[in-house]
Formats: sequence, C-alpha cells, structure tokens
Amino acid sequence: MSLDLPALGCATTPVLKERGQREVFCGLTGIIWLHRKMQDAFFLVVGSRTCAHLLQSAAGVMIFAEPRFGTAILEEKDLAGLADANTELDREVGRLLARRPDIRQLFLVGSCPSEVIKLDLARAAERLNGAHAPHVRVYNYSGSGIETTFTQGEDACLAAMVPSLPATDVAELLVVGALPDVVEDQCLALLAALGVGPVRMLPARRSHEMPAVGRNTRYILAQPFLGDTAAALDRRGARRIAAPFPFGEEGTTLWLQAVADAFGVMPARFDAATAAPRARARKAVAAHAATLSGRSLFLFPDSQLEIPLARFLARECGMRPLEGGTPLLHRALRAPELALLPQGPVLSEGQDVDRQLDRHAALSPDLTVCGLGLANPLEAAGHATKWAIELVFTPVHFYEQAGDLAGLFSRPLRRRALLAQGGAA
Amino acid sequence: MKLTLWTYEGPPHVGAMRVATAMKGLHLVLHAPQGDTYADLLFTMIERRDHRPPVTFTTFQASDLGADTATLLKSAVAAAHDRFRPQALLVGASCTAELIQDDPGGLARALNLDVPVVPLELPSYARKENFGADETFHALVRALAVPMPRTEAITCNLLGATALGFRHRDDVAEITRLLAQMGVAVNVCAPLGATPDDLRRLGQAHFNVLLYPETGEGAARYLERACGQPYTRTVPIGVGATRDFLAEVARITGLSAAVDETGLRQPWWSASVDSTYLTGKRVFLFGDATHVIAAARIAAQEIGFEVVGMGCYNREQARALRTAAQAHGVEPLVTDDYLEVEAAIAAAAPELILGTQMERHIGKRLGIPCAVISAPVHVQDFPARYSPQMGFEGANVIFDTWVHPLVMGLEEHLLTMFREDFEFHDAAGPSHHGAKAVAREETEAAIPVVQPSGEVRWLPDAERELKKIPFFVRAKARRNTETFAAARGVAAISVETLYEAKAHYAR
Repeated sequence: MSLDLPALGCATTPVLKERGQREVFCGLTGIIWLHRKMQDAFFLVVGSRTCAHLLQSAAGVMIFAEPRFGTAILEEKDLAGLADANTELDREVGRLLARRPDIRQLFLVGSCPSEVIKLDLARAAERLNGAHAPHVRVYNYSGSGIETTFTQGEDACLAAMVPSLPATDVAELLVVGALPDVVEDQCLALLAALGVGPVRMLPARRSHEMPAVGRNTRYILAQPFLGDTAAALDRRGARRIAAPFPFGEEGTTLWLQAVADAFGVMPARFDAATAAPRARARKAVAAHAATLSGRSLFLFPDSQLEIPLARFLARECGMRPLEGGTPLLHRALRAPELALLPQGPVLSEGQDVDRQLDRHAALSPDLTVCGLGLANPLEAAGHATKWAIELVFTPVHFYEQAGDLAGLFSRPLRRRALLAQGGAA
Repeated sequence: MKLTLWTYEGPPHVGAMRVATAMKGLHLVLHAPQGDTYADLLFTMIERRDHRPPVTFTTFQASDLGADTATLLKSAVAAAHDRFRPQALLVGASCTAELIQDDPGGLARALNLDVPVVPLELPSYARKENFGADETFHALVRALAVPMPRTEAITCNLLGATALGFRHRDDVAEITRLLAQMGVAVNVCAPLGATPDDLRRLGQAHFNVLLYPETGEGAARYLERACGQPYTRTVPIGVGATRDFLAEVARITGLSAAVDETGLRQPWWSASVDSTYLTGKRVFLFGDATHVIAAARIAAQEIGFEVVGMGCYNREQARALRTAAQAHGVEPLVTDDYLEVEAAIAAAAPELILGTQMERHIGKRLGIPCAVISAPVHVQDFPARYSPQMGFEGANVIFDTWVHPLVMGLEEHLLTMFREDFEFHDAAGPSHHGAKAVAREETEAAIPVVQPSGEVRWLPDAERELKKIPFFVRAKARRNTETFAAARGVAAISVETLYEAKAHYAR
C-alpha cells in the first residue's frame, strides 16, 4: 500500500452540515468502557431514570454485580426544591464511598436534567474533594445529550482530568485515549521497540499511575474524538504530534512515523521495529480486502471514527465510500486523515436522520455502517450493515488488529453470501 | 435523589414508545434531547423489529435551550405528520423536556393538523415505564373510543399487549385461539397490531379481556365506564387460571367454557413419577406483579414447589401482590432496588428463582438456577418458536422452562449419595447445561453463608457434616441448627445436634 497522498484528497471537500433528528448516543455511553479501563474509578451520573436505563440498555448485559457506575436519580422533591440537591448528593456519595473503599477516583457526571436545572457539579466536586481527599479524588464532567455525542463523553472525562495532572519538566510521550488493555500493551511494545520513552497513558489503569504533564510533554491522540482533551493538554504546555489514527497498517505506520520523527528515531530502527508487524497486518487485511474491494460504503454518524475508518476501508480495502457522516468534524485533528481520504464521498456533519435515510436509500450502498437503532430496519430493507458500536467496543487499533478491523466489515458481506445459499426452494 | 445501579423499568416515555411501536398508523413525537434515541435499539435489537419505531425525537441541544425549543417541537411535529401520514399523533416529553415546560401537547394542537393529536402526561421524576405505557394507551382510548352498537356475534377486545412485552406476541395468538373455541371472536387487539382507526371500533365489542393489568388496566376501566364493557379479571397464566378465565368469559357471555384440552400436557407431565423430585423445591419469585402472582399459583398448586418468597417491582400492583403473598404465607417484597432483591434471595436460599433477567444475573452470582417469567426483557425472551405464557400451551411452555434449569431427579440422587465425588460434588451443577464444573472453593464463596452467631460453636465433625448438605439449603440448615442449639443452651454443635435440629424442623 502506498503512503503517497492521493492526487485529490478530501482536505478541501465542502461539508454538508445537517440539523435535525440525531440518531446517536449521548456522552454518558462512554462510561461503559471508561469504568472498565480505570479500575479504581466510579462514575456517578447525576440524572434521571432515562440515564440509568440508557447505561443499562447500552451495556446490554448486567455482567457486573455492582458495576463501577451508577445513577443518582433526581426525584420530584429534588426538582421542587423540597430537598437540597447538594445535601442529597453528598449523602449518596458518602454512602457509596463507604460501601466501596476500593474507589480512588470519583467522577460526577452531568446529564441533560442536571444541566437544565443548573446543578453545579463543579462546585459539588470541589466540596466533595474537601471531604474525601486524599483517599478519593473527585472530578466532574458533562456527558449530557444536550452537549455531547457518544464518544465526546470520553473526551469530556479526560479533559476534566488534565488540569489536576501533576506538573513535570521531563520529556515524555503521552498517548491519549482509552484503549483496550491488549491494544495498549501492543502500543507500548511498539514504542519501546522504537526506543521512544518514557511513555505514559491517559487515562491510566489506576489513579496512582496517572501521568504528569508539562511543556516538555509531547502527546499523540490514539482516538480521533479527543478535541477538548487536546486543547486542555495544549493549555498545560504539552505539544501535540499530528498524525492519522492508528487504524490499519497504513494508519498505524503513519502514526508511529509521526512519533518517530518527533523523537528522532533513525529510519533503520523504525524499519526494524515495524517491518514484521507491517507485513503481518498487510497479509491479514488482504484476506478481507478480497471481499470488500470495489464495494460501496455509507457511514452514518456515530463515534467520530467514521473518517479514519473510511480512509482505511478506501485505501487498504479498496472500498468506495459514498457518504461519510460524522457527528462532529474537528478540522484540525482530522486534517491528516482528510488529506489521505480519496476524493469522492459526501462528507456530512451532524444529522437529519430521515433525510440521510433518503440519501442512503437512493444510493443503496453495498455496506452501511450505522447504529443499532437503524441496523435491523436497514437489513430488513435489504442492506448489509455493520453496527458501529462494535467498532468502539472491539480492539481495532494498531498492526495486530488491522485484520480484525477489516473482518468486522467483511463479515456482514460474507454472512449474506452464506445465507443466500440457504432457504432455497 | 436515589442511587440506582440497575433498573427494572425505564422512564415513562419508554412506555409510550412501547405503545406507539406496537401499533400501526400512529406516530409519536417526543420532545427529547439527543441521546434519548437510544430507546430505538430496545425495539430493533431486543425484539429484532424490522422497522424503526414510529417515533420522532426533537433532539434539542444546549444551544437551543436559550433560543426556541418550542419552534423545534412544532417543526418536528409538522415534519413527522408530512412524512409518515399517521392516523393519529401522540405528543409527549422525556425527562429533560419536562423540565423546560414547552407544553408539547398545546404546541402540537396549535398546528391544526387534520388528524387527532393526543398529548401525553408522562411524569418522569415520579413514575416509570409501565405507568407510561398504561397512561399512553389510556389516553389514546379516551381520545378515540366511543360507545357504539355491539357486534352481532359475540366479540371481545384484547387489551394490554405492547411492543417489548414478555411473550405478548404469542399470548395474543394463544388467547385468540382459546376464545375462538368458545365462540368468541376478537374485535380489536390493542395496542399490539391495532391502528388508531381500530381504536375507534373498540366500543362495539361485548366485553374486554385485560391481558396485562400493568399496561392495559387504565384503558379497560375507561371502557367499562364509557362503553359499558365489562372486563375479565383473571389473567390466564397456568392451567387453573386459564380454566378460571374461561369460566369468567362464560359468565359474561353465557357461552360454554368447555374447550378442547387435548394439547394440554402440563398436568400429566407434573403428575408423572419423573416429576416427584420437584416436590417441595423452594422457589423465590420476583417480577411484575401479574406474572409473579400467576407463577406463584402454578408453582404451589400445579408443580408442587414451595414458595419461599415473592415480590414485584411495580408499586401500582402492590396491593394484589401483597394479598397473594399472604395466601402463600410469605412476606411480600415490593421494591425496585435490585440489591434489596438480591439480599432477599440470598437470605431465602431458594433452589430455584423465577424472576426477570435481573434475577437471572443474581442467580448466576449466587449459584442458584433461574427461569425467567417476566419483563424486563432480554433478547432471549423473544424466541423464534411459538412460546406463549398464557393458555394451555402457555402452561406447557412454563413447565418446560421452569424444570429445565433444575438438577434432574436421578442426578440429584447421585449428588446426594456421592457428595464428595470429584465429578458429582454439589458445586458441579447440572450436567445438562454444558457449563464447566467450577472448583468447589469458588462456589462456596458465592453461597450466602450465615455467620455463626458467636454464642454457639460448631465442632469439626458437625462442620464437615454440614458441608454434605446440599449448598442451596445449607445456610438454612446452619441457621436452624444454631437457633435450635441456642434455644436449648447447647454451646457446641455436634453431628448429633445437627440431626436433632433436622428432626425438629422436619415437617
């Protein structure tokens, strides 16, 4: 696969901005993976029964007896001012921390109702920090649907942690974004093979491993949806390493190359560290590219992973993206991706789901990437779909997952081909 | 403010969505922020629906709050009307929109659309999903149903079946078939499968069958008042309840309750000697009140289990549940706090849980088998096969479903005979479940163990003997023995004491 830029990329492609019904999750959803990633953290949503129901439904199964997230459900007396919401919150937090002495970080997570009634969770966090420090560190951020879409919740969470990270002048690399443990380990191994270090992760698995940050910190995003976190790190003096995202062989190589350039890694060392996994990744992707090549692709907005994925599917799997929808297009963070994405697809930001469904029906793509609310109805209408949420819940970054990532898209097509043979009259 | 980890019911607007999604030719506009659209996936994924729920969300954002959310709502209603051309529109608000007080009903009516617009009152901070479904269906019926002449033939309406209901699809088919055998045709089944125009015809039925009080009682009561239609009180789940239901229909209609029972196998399956081992098995029941009350009757009278605990999460039906619990001689548990349910189950140490998907998880943790009898639903509760809970086929289905998780008769004997056998130790679990046997130590940790009171002490022999008692009754045996010993001033429990206590408590 060539690393050359396409003759015509999407850097200057106009974006169709839509405003209407959005068929997307709110930022609370990020709690589902964040609470597994940060093993001594508890996420307390201050919200309504809807918030609790969303977390339960999106998590799918209740595999955890007492999960490290919960909802402080606002009741009528809280709204009518009969009970002081802050006193109530302090009481619930006190009870929670008494029952869970293993909790070292507590996130108060704002929701639509708490934002609308203007419950000041920043002050509440300050107050609770006074009461529970140093054993527990209390943060707050908003995962409300009126302000955040799906993965923006993780962005808000990490951004909330940045101001209280300790200061340092040590030159370190900070990798930003919650990655599955297996992926994080591979990432660290690759960076070690390049001789880059010390390397820190944000978020860290445990509170005492949280990174320090300062003007000698170089950081690189591992997820495309971390705009606010990047801005918060910039304010701490850290400098961002711009790169495409590590999806696929090419994305991973360019991501590592950007780090290598920033840390002065010699080309010979880079080649030695990456040659074997690159070859493996290419081979693994090729197995699926045969199924995907030449097929058209339509991405509904979901996780902000859409543009990097469209780039991967177009350049490494030979697919033809027709529309790449994304809930939010962060131009600066997406620039290296847009330069690589071959011209052709409509880029849309935001959503008017009914109009987008009309466009989709008119194009009738070979593969549709969409949320769970749309997948079965589109399948029933004859379209092959890939549920987008799996892309967030599955290890898909870096070389060793490149084949798995391609497989997520080829499987629906292979499955349809298999089932087409069955049920014959 | 109340800390909640898991919930049995969603918010009321999800109940409204269950009614809207069950029906045809109806559209619901919800004033709600982005993110509330998650509820779509309940229908498309759990129930595998092949259409999007007929619901438009206004998905307002923070920037709209300062501006004009009311205009947003009006344009969403107008757009939904133009695009979907429904026979009627429902308009409501989710929890957040309730706070901004836009009066969705009033705004929608101001559009002067050519279809009825039914506003919904869904108090999100006080009520829950079942209330929302009942209230929505009630509001629709109030808006559309009118008294009218009865049909010539004897007909009834089936009330309460919704989308995302526990086996509603098959219950409707089963009850329709049973009623047909009696000579009663179904005029309208609603909400499931009905259009708003169908609701206008509700009044011509001779009576109503209330399938699910949780979601249909408001409408049934209204129709009794407004259209003079009596409604059935018996929920036909179980053999006895089905026969009572048919007798009730016979009283209302004057028809004979005699129907063909050749397909009914549950009574013989229960009477056959293979089922002897089911006698007195201790069961704990939890779910919605309707299913729990019916299941308790089946458990006690049709299968021969012992009901050791029962409860429901919906306060609306708490009174009926309390009455039933009294009849079964147990304390009623009315709570929507999942941890409280878990504690009650651990304390009762049942051999089988009949519960919801929540209790299935509790059962996994406590090492107690569980069969699911009630919503909240899971993708597993929508089987491809015909699988009703109601009527005679429902009774057959229930027998199979409840017995399947249990250790089978002969296996149980082997477990008792060879308690310390490395394969057949009691933590190994039933052999027909395919799960790998777990190490004994781990399972022990999951079993609720009652700590010795401190006043009495267990001698090593007695402690070893206690371990030979099946794990699901061990906590109770320990507690009983200690109580027995304490009452007699015995400070050290021997094997002798253990068996004396056993004899004392034997019935």
